[in-house]
Amino acid sequence: MLFTSYGFIAFIAILFVVYYIVPKKWQWPLLLMASGVFYWIADPRYLIFIFVTSLSAWGCGVLMARINDGQALYLKEHADTVTKDEKKALKAKNKKRKWHILLACLILNIGILAVTKYTDFVIDNINNAFHSGLHKVDLIIPMGISFYTFQTMSYIIDAYRGTVTPERNPFKLALFTSFFPQLVQGPINRYGDLSKTLYEPHRFSEKVFSMGLMRILWGYFKKVVVADRMITAVTMLVSDTDTYTGAYVFVAMFFYAFELYCDFTGGIDITIGIAQALGITMKENFNLPYFSKDIKEYWNRWHISMGSWFTDYIFYPLSVSPRMLKLSKWSREHLGKVIGKRVTVYLAAFIVWFTTGLWHGAAWNFIVWGLMNFVVIMISQELAPLYSKFHKKFGFKGKSWYTVFEIIRTIFLMSLIRMFDCYRNVPMTFKMVGTMFTRFRLKIFTDGSLLKLGLTKYDYIVLAVALIVILSVSIFKYNRGEVRTKLYEKPWLWYGAMSALFIVIIVFGAYGIGYDSTQFIYNQF
Amino acid sequence: MTKKRAFIIVFYLVLTVAVLWFVQRLVMPKYQYGIVEGAMAAEYYEADEPHEVIFVGDCEVYEAISPVTLYEEYGISSYIRGSAQQLVWQSYYLLEDALRYETPKVVVFNVLALKYDEPQSETYNRMTIDGMRLSPSKIGIIEESMTPDEKMIEYIFPILRYHSRWSELDQDDWDYLWDRDRVTHNGYYMRVDIKPEAEFPEPPLLTDYSLGDNAMYWLGRMADLCAENDIELVLIKSPIKFPFWYDQWDQQVSAFARSRGLTYINFIDARDDMGLDMTRDTYDAGLHLNLTGAEKFARYLGAILDESYDLTDYREVPEVAAEWEDICEAYHAMAAAQYQELIEYGYLRNWGSAAVEMGRP
Repeated sequence: MLFTSYGFIAFIAILFVVYYIVPKKWQWPLLLMASGVFYWIADPRYLIFIFVTSLSAWGCGVLMARINDGQALYLKEHADTVTKDEKKALKAKNKKRKWHILLACLILNIGILAVTKYTDFVIDNINNAFHSGLHKVDLIIPMGISFYTFQTMSYIIDAYRGTVTPERNPFKLALFTSFFPQLVQGPINRYGDLSKTLYEPHRFSEKVFSMGLMRILWGYFKKVVVADRMITAVTMLVSDTDTYTGAYVFVAMFFYAFELYCDFTGGIDITIGIAQALGITMKENFNLPYFSKDIKEYWNRWHISMGSWFTDYIFYPLSVSPRMLKLSKWSREHLGKVIGKRVTVYLAAFIVWFTTGLWHGAAWNFIVWGLMNFVVIMISQELAPLYSKFHKKFGFKGKSWYTVFEIIRTIFLMSLIRMFDCYRNVPMTFKMVGTMFTRFRLKIFTDGSLLKLGLTKYDYIVLAVALIVILSVSIFKYNRGEVRTKLYEKPWLWYGAMSALFIVIIVFGAYGIGYDSTQFIYNQF
Repeated sequence: MTKKRAFIIVFYLVLTVAVLWFVQRLVMPKYQYGIVEGAMAAEYYEADEPHEVIFVGDCEVYEAISPVTLYEEYGISSYIRGSAQQLVWQSYYLLEDALRYETPKVVVFNVLALKYDEPQSETYNRMTIDGMRLSPSKIGIIEESMTPDEKMIEYIFPILRYHSRWSELDQDDWDYLWDRDRVTHNGYYMRVDIKPEAEFPEPPLLTDYSLGDNAMYWLGRMADLCAENDIELVLIKSPIKFPFWYDQWDQQVSAFARSRGLTYINFIDARDDMGLDMTRDTYDAGLHLNLTGAEKFARYLGAILDESYDLTDYREVPEVAAEWEDICEAYHAMAAAQYQELIEYGYLRNWGSAAVEMGRP
């Protein structure tokens, strides 16, 4: 069920009504049922996978809780007799037991993810490397498996770390894993955050509901009016690499940058909006990423839940792991302080970006995309002192024109790296980017060539107006905070904006026959 | 929630619905020139006179039979509920829809559509269905007619289908926003130009000459519907040779008619008897009849209907005759205008599928 399908809109409309009618204690079980239906409609077989993930996480969590309880009880009962060393030994023993449970859970779930998503990729690479003729297995890839696996793993790791209390109710945990709005494209929620409002009873509040509704409409506006309109041109530009070279690649790069932005942030707006309309709070996944002044800042603002997941569950644990510490010590001794201190940081960052790329897709273009991010971030980090000197000398930093320059530079850089995602082929991406510098013809911007990309002049007008609206809202948010919060105080404006947004989506949306109904780009991850 | 907020919500809800309703009217195709078939279904609801004969079918009825001739010659009050490539189930539901307003004595169904066993094209579906008023019949026709890409909701709220026409709007969309001109004469689509019948290619051999189960099922439903309402169902095959009407198909329809006690008349062999001259009575090389052809066929068919069924001579019913007077006047006026154009330009400038491209005065 696509977010943009009539079926889905009817589904959430019915859910909203039923959710606020049923007794409050039935609200979360209703959401679990709705999530099951949502997943079942997508493909009933998917349910098996998400059931295994939920059950294993719940089981492991309960086992850990029992160990914790047992330990607490033992220490309480033997408070007078147990020595400090015994206490330490008991804790170490239990930690090891919990570690084994965690490991089993991780292996099972990461294993499912790896097998379903990456088997064919591995077979492909074996065939290419050894010229063997292994057949692909073509396994089904459950919808949103990367998202819900990561989300569930964060729960079990947090339970192991003791930062969350394991959930005893298997159905509640199943809801955390399968809450349907987040299944399509995230965000990757943390149990500690989501559980605060997911299971709570919610009374209907006009403010909360209309805030959610506005967020949903804003998401549809970005997805249906902008992203799904732009995809026509992007598809044309990247599918005919003989014709669309040079300046066309430049156009494709920026079109894809804005298409992806509107597609992904639009989808997340819909997700968070649905949750909000149900009274459930999800953490933000974006914070004006295209206002970033450098790539590091960009990654703090784009797909925040994924970035923080990799930081919390891969980068930090890896950096402080005994082997890394050993390596750090060794490298400082043998390579000197300057290089030595960087070795482990770079290695951990390399692994993070490699896995980030791999998480996005079972293909080399995603891995190279991840590593390109790593390279650029490392280079900019190394050059930071130089930049600092430069800024000090010329006094550019902080000036508005320079800030704009930094923002444009970051957008350009990120869009350039994203070409690996766009063309989905590493050598082809290098070739096409190369033509941008060798065959750039400005003429295509004036001779009507852009009107032959499946977009009419009216489409360009709609896109221009829509992007100006999105930019204005973003600037407002950057300077003065959420537009929605301010607008809500003025009910005539608030409901007028909602009405206008709805009409604009209906009239100017790129949907229905004549348009390809397109899945969200991040749904494939 | 305060009363003020509640008022604002209601205000904007009403406003939103009103704006969308207006935009829907604006973006829906008007079918006033060129391909006018899309306007036919809606015109039925504007007819005030009663109809004792209702024709259902495709272009082999709405371009082949003149209801005005039936009235002028026999006093038969009739209406054609036809549209382009109207499939059997569409004829069924259009008839069912008509029965919500009146119960005719005779229903005449042209059997050519039996060759289609499944939904064919969204374009034709739209022309047949969009003009219908919302009713269970409309829901039924949509359900049966949708091709895989189509959605029920886009028929119920056509703005969801036509919204992208905002960039193609022209003066006609504004001119015909509220009122539309009638494009037919009780469902009859008039053309007076002439293009003699050409030689048709040999009929292609088929692997299976059976009429489809689905098509025959809906023919059966139509027979049942007529029986339930005490209506005589007459099956006809218009005197048009192309598209081919195979003997095998003819035999199956004959057998069906026999089994249900219905009348079935194939008029292809009666072309000479009715005086059809296909060098003059067709406007597109024999695919459809022109005005003279439609009048000849109507005269011939009218005689059969008049003899076989107890039909009222509405020329003698003043209030109905008054309605028909207007219909006949509009009919003859359009015929005169079309003939005048033929004399003036040598071709039809304001009528026919090329009318939009050619421009209007």
